[in-house]
Amino acid sequence: MLTAAIFIPILAAALLALLPRSRGLGASPRALAVAATIVAVVPLVLVAAAWLRFDGASGFQQVETVPWIPTLGISYRVGVDGLSLPLAAMTALVFTVAVAYPVDLRGRPVPYYALILFLEGASVGVFLALDLFLFFVFWDVSLVAMYFLIGAWGHGDAQRSALKFFLYTFAGSLPLLLAILGVYLATDPHTFDMAEIIRQQPLAGGGVYAALVFAGFFAGFAIKTPIVPFHTWLPPAHVDAPGPASAILAGVLLKMGTYGFVRILMSMVPGVWAELSLPLAVLAVVSIVYGALVALAQTNLKRLIAYTSVNHMGYVILGLAVAGAAAPGQEAARALALTGATVEMVAHGLITGGLFLVSGSVLARGGTYDLDSYGGLLGRARSLTWITALLAFASLGLPGLAGFVAEVQIFVGALAVYPALAAVALLGIVITAGLFLRMLGRLFLGALPDRWREFPDLGRREAGLLGVLGALVLLIGVVPGWLLGTIDAFAGPFVGRP
Amino acid sequence: MPIATMVGWAGDVLAELAMVIGGIVVLLYALAAGPRRQVGAAWLALATTGVALALTIPALGEPGRLTFAGTYAHDAAAAVARVIVLLATGVTVAFSVPWFRRDPRHGEYYTLLLFGALGAMLLAGAAALTELVVAMLMSSATGFVLAAYHRKSSAAAEAAIKYYLVGALANAAMLMGVAILYGLAGVTTLDRLAAGLPDSASPAASVAVALVMVGLMFKLGAVPVHVWVPDVAQGAPAPIAGFLTAVPKVGAFVFLARLVLVLPPSALGWEVMVAVGAAATMTLGNLACLWQDDVRRLLGWSAVSQTGYGLMAVAALGRSDLAMAALLYFLAAYVPANLAAFGVVVTLRGRTALTDYPGLANEHPTAAASLALSFLSFIGVPPLSGFVAKLLLFVVAIQAGLAWLAVIAAANTVISIFYYVRVLAPVYFAAAAGRMRTLGAGAALATAASAAVLVVTGVIAQPLVAAFAAATPGR
Repeated sequence: MLTAAIFIPILAAALLALLPRSRGLGASPRALAVAATIVAVVPLVLVAAAWLRFDGASGFQQVETVPWIPTLGISYRVGVDGLSLPLAAMTALVFTVAVAYPVDLRGRPVPYYALILFLEGASVGVFLALDLFLFFVFWDVSLVAMYFLIGAWGHGDAQRSALKFFLYTFAGSLPLLLAILGVYLATDPHTFDMAEIIRQQPLAGGGVYAALVFAGFFAGFAIKTPIVPFHTWLPPAHVDAPGPASAILAGVLLKMGTYGFVRILMSMVPGVWAELSLPLAVLAVVSIVYGALVALAQTNLKRLIAYTSVNHMGYVILGLAVAGAAAPGQEAARALALTGATVEMVAHGLITGGLFLVSGSVLARGGTYDLDSYGGLLGRARSLTWITALLAFASLGLPGLAGFVAEVQIFVGALAVYPALAAVALLGIVITAGLFLRMLGRLFLGALPDRWREFPDLGRREAGLLGVLGALVLLIGVVPGWLLGTIDAFAGPFVGRP
Repeated sequence: MPIATMVGWAGDVLAELAMVIGGIVVLLYALAAGPRRQVGAAWLALATTGVALALTIPALGEPGRLTFAGTYAHDAAAAVARVIVLLATGVTVAFSVPWFRRDPRHGEYYTLLLFGALGAMLLAGAAALTELVVAMLMSSATGFVLAAYHRKSSAAAEAAIKYYLVGALANAAMLMGVAILYGLAGVTTLDRLAAGLPDSASPAASVAVALVMVGLMFKLGAVPVHVWVPDVAQGAPAPIAGFLTAVPKVGAFVFLARLVLVLPPSALGWEVMVAVGAAATMTLGNLACLWQDDVRRLLGWSAVSQTGYGLMAVAALGRSDLAMAALLYFLAAYVPANLAAFGVVVTLRGRTALTDYPGLANEHPTAAASLALSFLSFIGVPPLSGFVAKLLLFVVAIQAGLAWLAVIAAANTVISIFYYVRVLAPVYFAAAAGRMRTLGAGAALATAASAAVLVVTGVIAQPLVAAFAAATPGR
């Protein structure tokens, strides 16, 4: 089941790559889009089915395993728990929406859909992998696929941005690989099996070796997340990528970093994480405030959204720093922060993914991301206005929407463990609220410039797809119980809450 | 010497004998056949590699032992090296057929090719210093001629002269080293060399080992005797450029491994020599690639840097159980990637300027995909075999206490992305300037097959890793 969720899109991508370009399906972008969307839905259905069968216990479930390179202790092993289920489901949903979303294909529809489906399989694989080797394989191939998506279908200085993205994130993935090998060589017998490593805790003794492994993991995940000051690849990559690719980059690929923090770093080197949780929390607050301030200064719509990602990832890291802190007696607060951080990952994926799709639609209609050249679109494009407003309010943490559910838990947890830092981080919320309101005002309010008299509203397909994301944001905001319950099945035992 | 013993020994080198006989048959055929029938020599050469391959396969499963009075190894490492060399030679023949089609007098080229391959095979099996000399000279002498095979090309002449001068120097150093080692130990066979060498650190032994290593480093294209590699890659006939930057390495790596395994540990400082050589080679090769506007020259420098990665396994020998397996897997991953990259150059009729490559993906998707797979495997992107190779190299380096070397290799890998992508980006993202003419389908097919090997042996790595690990116990 889970294996099918990973490999059906990858197989479809391989078939597409072999398709003749000039005849049949290859010559009809519309038919291709429909076919690709149908394939993209498959993982969503399969992960949803896995969620229905999830029994709420801790530990990995529905594990599927095959020996791969037994000589080196490598297996193909996938499974789910309360942490990976919501992220895998969010991934499959964001991909489905992104695949179906209209985009300028530059006359090359076949490779576009092949790459994006391949990337879907690899991304779902990252969240379901239970073997470090397998995890790394999916992690790295997702970089390559995203590189080509940005380079071939991006705009502006796309090739340069794509290269910067590839170099930075690959520079992160090599320390990650060395750290994985460090953990691997510390196990006895040598194994890449995550569950076995977490059970063995081979680095519990601490020392220089554990610190080096920690540093390798941290470099890899911090660049991917990204945490300030490792974030400089993010703005150009997001701005120059095509809309759906930005949505995937922000919605899914950044989560690989935060997921890696929880699944690998905090689970396999918890001692070092606990020791360093205060500096990590400080770093998170820097990301929160810095990301918000830089976003405030932007006049480019997509750059602005990109920097709010830095801000939001700061909340996640703050939650994780609190969750892994050595704070005796605060298990409930730490579990709350961990649940909040995980909800933030899901919420950010839906919200920011949606906002990047919106910015793609704005670019397709107006030809620019410059906020100053827009205004008064409320009268011309109603569904664009409402959907953007919903997503922007969700992003700034309005109660009743998904972002609020996440942030309130992170802050409640943080106030219990690091009250001063939590107070500073609140500043980020205030700035974010201001910048989103200003963005909405510049786009939709005021006088409509003459050149936008004929500005078309969202098409039915765009509105419908964004509506799905918006509805889910609202659903999580109003009735979050189903999501919180699943995540708590992981978070409670993780922090050792009695 | 009893006849029965001689016959028994001959049975251990059937593949090598097949290459000798095949080479002579090809030469006789080339002399007799007219200009239009020269291509028949290619088929004979291909048949020869096929026969030699068939004779090598049974040796893969046999337990290792020494033959020819302890001078020649009949073991898994030698057999694996032979298989890699023979497959690579077959692919090179496929590249050469369309490349030399217009050359009316090229039959003997295949003899040189077969003898060059034989030199690498002998090098992989050599278990004595005398065998080393024979194999090195056989591999070098044929290499010089092959590099200069385009007699009227000044680039080829320059490459061959450089190759020859550096090679003569390195081979002379090696001969000197062999002589000193023989003088010190009184034997030439590796298995008794260690016992004969002085126990404590002896300057003479250290110098001798260093001199022998210079010869091997030349074959490997490692610092400081690497300078011929970019010139040969650029100037030699393209099929030969792919051959010379890959095949002799196989033999030299295996012999180097055999040599360092019998040296007394750390007394002679060879570990430091190899580790520092690895770091210098990968770093220099990488930095030289950075702003290269000539694809073949870039491939040459990248071949230098890849040697540096391979030397990590040699440096870890004796201190990691997997080191030998890592070395063999690295060779099995590196050689097809190198052949695929040069195969694309051959397919494109030797186009070599970076500006010749934009839009290749639209014009010739298979060639572009082969180039991409080859480069991604060089970088070490999963699930290609280059990734498994790098993983193994990192594992053995860390196990051997050479984590600093693994870190340098990782940093170099990041740098390498830059120049590989500098070629790949225009291939995929830019429009073609005009039609790109290609050579026949045979070269394209061999290129695609080499690239496919990278995927297959990467995804299904277990049989190779298990076989290599099992065949080299305790190393």
